[in-house]
Amino acid sequence: MTTSDEASDLARTLQRSLPTGDEHLAALRARLAAAADAEGVLDVAYRTVDTPVGSLLLAATERGLVRIAYASENHDAVLQMLANRISPRLLHAPARLDTVATELEEYFAGDRRAFDFPLDWQLSSGFRNTVLHHLAVDVGYGQTASYSTVARLAGSPKAVRAVGTACATNPLPVVVPCHRVVRSDGSIGGYLGGIDAKRALLTLEAAA
Amino acid sequence: MHKRSFETVVTDHGATVLRVCLAVLGPTEADDAWSETFLSAMKAYPELPADANVEAWLVTIAHRKAIDVVRTAARRALPASEVPDTAPAPGADFRDLDLVAAMRQLPPKQRQAVAYHYLAGLPYTEVAGIVGGTADAVRRAAADGIATLRRTYPTVADQDAFADGAARSRASRKRRPSGAPSSTTGVSR
Repeated sequence: MTTSDEASDLARTLQRSLPTGDEHLAALRARLAAAADAEGVLDVAYRTVDTPVGSLLLAATERGLVRIAYASENHDAVLQMLANRISPRLLHAPARLDTVATELEEYFAGDRRAFDFPLDWQLSSGFRNTVLHHLAVDVGYGQTASYSTVARLAGSPKAVRAVGTACATNPLPVVVPCHRVVRSDGSIGGYLGGIDAKRALLTLEAAA
Repeated sequence: MHKRSFETVVTDHGATVLRVCLAVLGPTEADDAWSETFLSAMKAYPELPADANVEAWLVTIAHRKAIDVVRTAARRALPASEVPDTAPAPGADFRDLDLVAAMRQLPPKQRQAVAYHYLAGLPYTEVAGIVGGTADAVRRAAADGIATLRRTYPTVADQDAFADGAARSRASRKRRPSGAPSSTTGVSR
């Protein structure tokens, strides 16, 4: 055995004997998230919640909830997008999203019809933003509206396709209810979280 | 080129930075140094060039934080070298803990050279950039540190025999008496 092999062996033994267990690191990471939030450098906090429509990624800035993502959108890709578009100072920090998680849980249990936490709209702009605002205000729980109705509400009756795009790129699905927008012929239409998720949400709201 | 999220940075480098902190400080101080390191790194992260060597950058910050932590401890008259409450890592036996204790007894330059080169895997030139001096000086300090650890503690082969239990111990005794220093390492008495 050469001297450098022996040194590497020794280093490996040292490495093994230094306690960096997962639980210990998880505790340190939680402490970091809390300290970063307290010092105002946690630009984006995120967590996931398990729901009847699968795992949802929730992300919030200091201003409010900025993104909800379905598993089909690929949570890792969404997190990287948030790092690119908002800030790379992004951590798993469930505390900031406690209220959102609780209200979503109540919603999925059929016990809540509206949400009252602040939203950060920065990922949506222009006409799409106008469409989503109208959706959030004008199409209530348990109701549905056609794409053309929403286009009219948004002040551009001919912009039916643009309404479709606004819904397909909604950064805050479930909370901003693009699942309530259906086709004029009564068929369900598309959904960024998949047709099954849309059907599940509409069924939930119809039953409650 | 986009920068990866800080969450990914912590995932990728959290354990290495903690080992480096634990190698140069006691457990409580290491936790503090780790936290200070990542908090301060997070503050500066937006300004870090996207192609920077993140691990070297983190070890540089950890190095400064470790010095701060030692200074603070000294002001409180609690020498950082006195760390009686070493928590055992799962799977570590008492000899491994002896090795950690020996590591903490090394002169600072040697301890840093061993930690940053052997635990963080940074090349000697990078380590020199962090601790000052030349790459050759760092190489010598790391070699001296490793030599001291070898002199002070039994061979790794013996440790493995202990850690792996009786069967391996018996096998190892056939080659040489268990626990006795092997002839290749020159254990000083």
